[in-house]
Amino acid sequence: MVEIEINGKKIEAAQGSMIIEVADQHDVRIPRFCYHKKLSVAANCRMCLVEVGDVRKPLPACATPITQGMKVFTRSKLALDAQRAVMEFLLINHPLDCPVCDQGGECELQDLAMGYGRDVSRFNLGKRAVSDHDVGPLIETEMTRCIHCTRCVRFGKEIAGLHELGVMNRGEHLEISTLVGRAITSELSGNMIDVCPVGALTSKPYRFSARAWELTQRPGIAAHDGVGSYIYAHTIHNEVKRIVPRECEALNETWVSDRDRFSYEGLYHKDRVLTPKIKRNGHWEEVNWSDALAFAAERLRAVSDTQGADALGALASPNSSCEEFYLFQKLMRGLGSAHIDHRLRQHDFSDENQFAAYPHSGVTLTELAKADVILLLGSIVRKEQPIVAHRIRMASLTGATVLVVNPLDDTFQFNVASKQIVPGGDLLLGIAKIAKALVAGSEKIKPSAAIAEFLKDITVDDTAQQQANYLKDAKQAVIFLGALALNHPQAAAIRGMADFIAQHTQTTLGLLCEGANSAGAYLMGAVPHRLPGGQNSTKQGESTQAMVLSEKINAMILLGLEAEYDLAYAHRAQKALKNMQTVIALTAYQTPHLLNYAEVILPITPSAEMAGTFVNMQGDTLAFSALTSPQGQSRPAWKILRVLANLLAIEGFDYQTLEDVQQEIAPHLTTAKPTQRWSFAAPQLELAERLRIAPVPIYAQDPLVRRATALQHTPDAAFGGVRINSAEAQALGLAQALEVLVRQQECEVRLPLVIDEHIPNGAVYLASGIPETRDLDGAYEAIYLEQVVDNHA
Amino acid sequence: MEQLITFELTPKMRLDIDAWVNKFPPEKKSSAVIAALTIVQNQENWLSLAMMNAVADYLHMPQSAVYEVATFYSMYNLEPTGQYRIDVCTNVSCMLCGCDTIVAHLKERLNIGFGETTKDGRFTLKEVECLAACGGAPALQVDGQYHEHLTPEKVDAILARLEAKA
Repeated sequence: MVEIEINGKKIEAAQGSMIIEVADQHDVRIPRFCYHKKLSVAANCRMCLVEVGDVRKPLPACATPITQGMKVFTRSKLALDAQRAVMEFLLINHPLDCPVCDQGGECELQDLAMGYGRDVSRFNLGKRAVSDHDVGPLIETEMTRCIHCTRCVRFGKEIAGLHELGVMNRGEHLEISTLVGRAITSELSGNMIDVCPVGALTSKPYRFSARAWELTQRPGIAAHDGVGSYIYAHTIHNEVKRIVPRECEALNETWVSDRDRFSYEGLYHKDRVLTPKIKRNGHWEEVNWSDALAFAAERLRAVSDTQGADALGALASPNSSCEEFYLFQKLMRGLGSAHIDHRLRQHDFSDENQFAAYPHSGVTLTELAKADVILLLGSIVRKEQPIVAHRIRMASLTGATVLVVNPLDDTFQFNVASKQIVPGGDLLLGIAKIAKALVAGSEKIKPSAAIAEFLKDITVDDTAQQQANYLKDAKQAVIFLGALALNHPQAAAIRGMADFIAQHTQTTLGLLCEGANSAGAYLMGAVPHRLPGGQNSTKQGESTQAMVLSEKINAMILLGLEAEYDLAYAHRAQKALKNMQTVIALTAYQTPHLLNYAEVILPITPSAEMAGTFVNMQGDTLAFSALTSPQGQSRPAWKILRVLANLLAIEGFDYQTLEDVQQEIAPHLTTAKPTQRWSFAAPQLELAERLRIAPVPIYAQDPLVRRATALQHTPDAAFGGVRINSAEAQALGLAQALEVLVRQQECEVRLPLVIDEHIPNGAVYLASGIPETRDLDGAYEAIYLEQVVDNHA
Repeated sequence: MEQLITFELTPKMRLDIDAWVNKFPPEKKSSAVIAALTIVQNQENWLSLAMMNAVADYLHMPQSAVYEVATFYSMYNLEPTGQYRIDVCTNVSCMLCGCDTIVAHLKERLNIGFGETTKDGRFTLKEVECLAACGGAPALQVDGQYHEHLTPEKVDAILARLEAKA
């Protein structure tokens, strides 16, 4: 610690801090443009010049480390003159277009110009003009306004890990650009809008739609991934105009992913359904709430009375709130059915009883910084959980070694020390090789009989050996199981094997579950085998997969999901739902597919229009309130479930307010970190000879983001085609083919073929959750590719 | 378009670049970028996007980082040039010593502006930053050769010599 003086006030601060950091901590405002606490120091705007003790010329506060006894004056004549002079230079080339600039009213340059600028410019020569660049559908550029602080460039290089924008040319020709006019592809790119101190980078979807001073700021929680990023919504006339990050050092820091930032557009999509509807004699009619609910109750009762409660099923989106999950399962269990699930895309449920009270990420995001080895098992993490990917990148920059075991190759924004791209989607083989290398390398490790038996025929290769060595030597390693592992047909065995490795090394195992509230779903009992609070249920219900495929369910209630996109078996799920006696959809959106299989549509509000609670993947309870009031006649699902339960005469649904529900669920919202253990059992299912690897693209995760217009125009949302490597194409006689006939079960679709060497042998990349594949079947199942025979030829 | 045109470094280029890469620590490979770009340009006369991308791939650098370097230094040609490239310094010393006259004379003689090439493909005129020849201002450079204390007559003589050579 050293003692310094700022404007005559004595302050103790850590050695090595810069003047501006210390000043910020003590609420002494020093003007700045290029300095940002999360970015490296550039010291190129010179706005933060201050006077320091005996130094004759002013020094930049952002780049001057404090020393014992230093006397800093931020408002002395020398400092103010310097700041004024810098401001005059910055304004030389800046256009005076604040009235038509979206940044107007929240512009750092405008604010400081008020304090330091002259009212008349002495510069009477021509101003510089810079042409704009199209950098994609999210960011609007107005590069004449740029003051070259390079925050956006540093953000790209340092935080996003993608050096896309750069400082091109020099002197008065200097421009911030990609040079080649590419779209910015980072999944964190929207943060460049926030760090830009002027109106050079602004939000494209928000453009010209409101003024900063007219907006109301409301705090919220982002509802797309397991982080639960803190956000602010800016609203006007009961409409969300934009989303910006709300600082939370433990979760999203000062950032927010593009998915969380731009998904709000989906709230106002034309698919939004705002009145209850029922299908009578094959025709849809709009009805009032009481008729719709009475009809739904009657249809449920009809099935339950004739076929028993076991014919009732319930599926909920993992983005539902805890209150919704709780009432949903209470309704179902009240009716006598335990068939409720939220694990929509999973295939393997055989180890569900071994799960802890809720799936946990193993380490918190803050603890992740201390990890020295991070193994990603079946995860394209930057597309699944962009903020987690950012944290992994930060850990890797401070020395952590990142290892990958994936069924397809990808580009990573951090250094990957060792990559195992397993052929044929065989993640289990990949992780087993590491286990075998560990067992072979130490006599102390005694595998169980099942593991020993499984490892018997496995040969270790160099990559696996290397990865095993890293894990063996690690002091604090983490294995993250991503969506590709959790939704894998052998997920249980993968978990068991990963757990075996974790037990014999200094490793914590964590799950990166899909959706905003997978943890909450478990805690609220929205799983067929558990009651609220994680207690085992005496009456075991069916999992998603069994409900959809067993043909035993004849009445289904859907909460916030679209079968054609959100379920593992898109085609069979739609068919099964169509064959049921009734499907009651609590949904915010209607689609032709839904109208086909559903019988009742009860319009619910997305989480932005209601209050509720999420539990994120590290066990934090995140309560949120409504950002706007519900649109049209849509209502929060908890109210609909309450009335439905009342109509069905189920006891214990006398809630008046959401607080009543919250009081009831409070005891179940344990935030203690659970101990997660899985024992290994050999997989019951053999993998198909050629496996469909079907990740859900980043902007196809849930109904809301699928309808966010701008996100749907990003390169990430473009359909990637059916991808195989050239050797496979050769073997299948498809080397020259541009299109291919894709067969799964009884489905058949013609799709463009792309040769991609990132895909290993025995695997076919074909995304799920997108329109192109909604009429196909299972992700991670057998897939057959055939040449297209053109009848016209 | 940019993806369609690719460029492969020749074995000689790789060899020359490797010589530079070896002068730096292994994790600082990118330090060789200036040398690498110069090597490619000496061979190809200019630097296309494809060539810069090839350098980026070879040195494991982001493409933008290579563009930043290539656009910063006036010694790199981002467009094909004529047979002779005349780099005229217009920085402070040269400006004080009358480079404006030299520039005007050159533009008139060649009938082109900065960044342009004569119709016969012989000369390209380029404005550059300080050539570090302030002692001999005003100065210009033709393909690495310095010409100092310029007057319009001297410029005529230089051009005449070059024309005779061609």
